[in-house]
Amino acid sequence: MKIFTQLKQPLYSLLLISTLLPFSTPIHAQTDAEARGLEIAREVDKRDTGFVDFTASMKMELKNQQGQTSVREVRAQTLEVIGDGDKSLTIFDSPPDIRGTASLTFSHALQPDEQWLYLPALKRVKRISSKNKSGPFMGSEFAYEDISSQEVEKYTYKYLRDETLDGIDSFVVERYPAYEHSGYTRQVVWINKQEYRPEKIDFYDRKNTLLKTLNYSGYQQYLDKFWRPDVMHMVNHQTGKSTTLSWSDYQFKTGLTERDFSRNSLKRAH
Amino acid sequence: MQTKPASFLLALFCALSGSASAAQDSWQDGEWTAETTLQLRHFPHDPLPQNNLQHNNSASLAMQLEYYAAWDNYDKSLTFTPFVRLDQHDEERSHADLREFSYQQVFSSWELRLGISKVFWGVTESQHLVDVINQTDQVENIDGEDKFGQPMIKASMERDWGILDLFILPGFRERSFQGIEGRPRPLLVVDTDQAAYESPDKQRHIDYALRWFNYLGDIEIGLSYFNGTSREPLLIPGSNNSSPVLIPYYPLMQQAGLDAQLTTAEWLWKLELIARDWQALDNSAQLVDQRFVALTGGFEYTFVGVAQSDADLGLVAEYLYDDRNEEATSFFQNDLLFGLRLAMNDAQSSEALLGVIHDLDNQEFMLSLEASRRFAHHWTASLEIRSFNRVDNNSPLAAIARDDFVQLDITRYF
Repeated sequence: MKIFTQLKQPLYSLLLISTLLPFSTPIHAQTDAEARGLEIAREVDKRDTGFVDFTASMKMELKNQQGQTSVREVRAQTLEVIGDGDKSLTIFDSPPDIRGTASLTFSHALQPDEQWLYLPALKRVKRISSKNKSGPFMGSEFAYEDISSQEVEKYTYKYLRDETLDGIDSFVVERYPAYEHSGYTRQVVWINKQEYRPEKIDFYDRKNTLLKTLNYSGYQQYLDKFWRPDVMHMVNHQTGKSTTLSWSDYQFKTGLTERDFSRNSLKRAH
Repeated sequence: MQTKPASFLLALFCALSGSASAAQDSWQDGEWTAETTLQLRHFPHDPLPQNNLQHNNSASLAMQLEYYAAWDNYDKSLTFTPFVRLDQHDEERSHADLREFSYQQVFSSWELRLGISKVFWGVTESQHLVDVINQTDQVENIDGEDKFGQPMIKASMERDWGILDLFILPGFRERSFQGIEGRPRPLLVVDTDQAAYESPDKQRHIDYALRWFNYLGDIEIGLSYFNGTSREPLLIPGSNNSSPVLIPYYPLMQQAGLDAQLTTAEWLWKLELIARDWQALDNSAQLVDQRFVALTGGFEYTFVGVAQSDADLGLVAEYLYDDRNEEATSFFQNDLLFGLRLAMNDAQSSEALLGVIHDLDNQEFMLSLEASRRFAHHWTASLEIRSFNRVDNNSPLAAIARDDFVQLDITRYF
């Protein structure tokens, strides 16, 4: 049922526009490739709808050009919000100087995200500007926009071709960020035809040069429906740095509620 | 150890032991963490002749431990955070405190915190006018950011109409002041042993406070009210064994506060406004009733990814106003802060904040630079420089005009 309510929304707004402007031409004439791209993105979203909530631990290993590594550890909990971006709370465990720092994000498809940061030494909650989606997450090769909730409306799409990627039958879809401050002009996504999950993403910077490649591996299926990767490996082609993100302790439908994603819960985060 | 309301702690222990035994099954392992900091300070100028016991170099060592345990699915938790500093010269700066020793329980529609704790109110960077629950641990640093733990009973409700926090604050904490060898400090030593109070209950006066907070889209608003003994003392001339000293006097106060922030993609607009009724010293050093208004307002604008790097550069500007003008007990009555905040967003979390507070009445300015960087997984270094410039001889800053300093902190985390 939830899937249907979500799908109903764009239709409803389209209906509203056509009622208001009965004689106007369609706002945006979609090509076949664009329609196909959007269709694939909707199917990806549909197959990941209904997880309700999940918690997981994440370990990041940052590697620079010289091969020196540093490690970060966070715990995250996410609440699915139907018809809007998800809510998430992230607690930083390591490195120890930022231990206890926590962030709360209400992501939105087209509006800027709302984001708060809790600084435990000062016991201070700070509302922070959400423009910085293109900046590095904890000094890693992942930008905030790479790891935030992926809503269909965050991009426009174009289907490119079918391709076999390491033996996996894939759709190759290009997507263009709708967010004006995005760090990317475009992304090329390889989507597993069978499971409708991303296998690889190429990121192109503002100058349209290949910047990074993200590879997903060790996919596991939870609750017989939701696919989550164990490992996400990001390489920056321009700097030679890389970040490996390892996920563990995935738990779904843990009973989290709105109350667990409030300002007070941010202060309690531990 | 400073003031310790023993009966309050006893009550806390009773509450705890009851809850813990009832919920042993779901007890999650408690965790100890710690950090220790070596601090070196250098004062390039010699002290004033009358303060010749002060030093040009000093070292100190600080340690903070934290024990945290939660049970019943994190609905109940205990935090214990002792802090201690040993200073090479200043016996008043060698001190210990319980920054936190509290029990928290979350109920279905509200939460309760019982014990010694810390809260922060407000939004601005240059000063924290509305933030009046915790006493300032002033010997730590003159920026007022370090606070003593405050005994409290705090109830918090979070509903559609916002968050309402109610505080009962039994047990008053005195502000800490540098000793005779301490630096920077007022011209005369503050004799904390002679501390005086308006309330006949002195440190046992029970204060209360409430705060409502809500946000609507991009706007956040907090309204607060405090009724009790002022955390900020008046410093009254007195004597100790016939040598002149300053005696801290803590009047009762009522303070209403407003803090608000508007957040857009690049801009943060901030405002803090207070009105306070309390006592003040008139021209003949007599205590008189006073009402004053003060505000801090300004913005922070962030350039994301400057010069095609990962770094963010923030511009901070705040205006600081106090309608008491020259009679203001703070340094800031008509001042402007201009700051630059650089975040490299690199693997070492390198950051720097450069700030200048400029007095628009007499052209004094204070300069501060704070920079920090992680240099190994368990280690950070931070550098702080403060300097006081073009200080007028009649200004309240005159006492610390020669107390520019450079401070290096090396911290190891466990």
